[in-house]
Amino acid sequence: MLVTRTLITAESVPRLAPHVTLKHDTVRDRWVVLGPERMLVPDEIAVEILQRCDGERSVAAVVGLLAKEFNAPEDDIAGDVRELLQALADKGFVRA
Amino acid sequence: MTNLHPKPRANTAPPIDLPVAMLAELTHRCPMRCAYCSNPVALERPECELSTAEWRGVLSQAAAMGVMQVHFSGGEPTARRDIVDLVRYAVEEGLYTNLITSGVLLDAAMVSDLARAGLEHVQLAFQDSEDEGANIVGGYHGALGKKRAAAGLVKDAGLALTANLVIHRHNAPRVGAMIDMALEMGCERAEVANVQYYGWGLMNRAALMPSRAQLAEMTATVRERQARYTGRMVIDYVIPDYHARRPKACMGGWARRFLNVTPTGKVLPCHAAETIPGLVFDTVRDRPLRDIWDTGQAFEAYRGDAWMPKDCRSCERKEFDWGGCRCQALAIAGDAAAMDPACDLSPHHAAMAAMAEDEADADARAFVYRAFGAHKDSTF
Ligand code: SF4
Ligand code: SF4
Repeated sequence: MLVTRTLITAESVPRLAPHVTLKHDTVRDRWVVLGPERMLVPDEIAVEILQRCDGERSVAAVVGLLAKEFNAPEDDIAGDVRELLQALADKGFVRA
Repeated sequence: MTNLHPKPRANTAPPIDLPVAMLAELTHRCPMRCAYCSNPVALERPECELSTAEWRGVLSQAAAMGVMQVHFSGGEPTARRDIVDLVRYAVEEGLYTNLITSGVLLDAAMVSDLARAGLEHVQLAFQDSEDEGANIVGGYHGALGKKRAAAGLVKDAGLALTANLVIHRHNAPRVGAMIDMALEMGCERAEVANVQYYGWGLMNRAALMPSRAQLAEMTATVRERQARYTGRMVIDYVIPDYHARRPKACMGGWARRFLNVTPTGKVLPCHAAETIPGLVFDTVRDRPLRDIWDTGQAFEAYRGDAWMPKDCRSCERKEFDWGGCRCQALAIAGDAAAMDPACDLSPHHAAMAAMAEDEADADARAFVYRAFGAHKDSTF
């Protein structure tokens, strides 16, 4: 049991929840998130974010990395990243 | 230059979606005798079940055609002695594995073998938060204690655990207690599953149907728990069809996302499809899975929108709910190709709600318990 709700902040270190995996669907050439009887087809941005959540990087570090790689201001993406991860955390796909 | 090879004619038929999930009903054997069981009334006999090698073939074929998740179910899937072997094989094929179980046959050795084989998730069904209620509807004495113990073993093994809380008229007042029990047991997820009236459940419908007032109370209780447990336990809840305004996208649409393989290898578009007369079910003993999916008569019968009544075909929701459930259309409207009566645009919608209300009011108290062969009634 999770005793409290996972709240995503800049300092949280997010990762996929246990028994949740990001997998490439070779038949359809797309990425899917698989969990207990659930499947999600994340959009390209969500895939980029999730691929960088390795359980070691903080949210701030993920934002920094994406900003550098995609040449975008950190402020523009920080909100999106936090929102996405919070939504996935509330659905049980992400822990921090 | 002459064009010796004319371009192939544009194919106007839309491409066929491939399935993402497979329900593998390994066996119809089960120590429980639930009155709401959705298995067909004519259960498939153990001696005709697919062999281990045949199931392995099915799993390989499923993975190759794009199935991502396999749900091992039944009956009771752990009644098969090769359950661990089949889970391991599915994992090797790259499938995400779920076990849908009553839990009453699980012991520590089996759970740890399953975990080592790569099982990700166990869905454990609960009939009640109290012994007496669980015993009556499950036709099995002491189920709740065994299920609680099984839940502990699953958590100890580090597997994901979902409680499937099966709700009907007799336990509806305890839905809150059942959700609380799921949280205490450490479930990451609970499904509040109103009984679906197929198979044995359909036969016992009058003795199971909740009233409209019960449903209203249930919905309020579930919403309150969903808010209270946000981020701690996911609670899935679907308003039962009998009191809904719009149908559910049954199976995500017929022959679009899902297939079901029965213990003897029949391939079905949904687990209740055998109730529909006129459908032909091919078996994996006769044809490759992919062939059955693409061109099997039962799959083609209600795929897409060509079969739909015209009010559905012109409806903007047709690609959300695909006209709803074929089996329910058959059971209530008398025609599997009719609009699902759960839709309030169906001429049978009012009659369906009234029937549900009448059955709930009559408060019948006799179950026909699930069994191979002759059926036995009992009152409680
Ligand atoms: S619903 Fe009950 S009787 Fe039917 S397979 Fe599940 S545990 Fe067995
Ligand atoms: S008319 Fe048909 S497609 Fe439209 S909502 Fe009702 S069942 Fe669904």
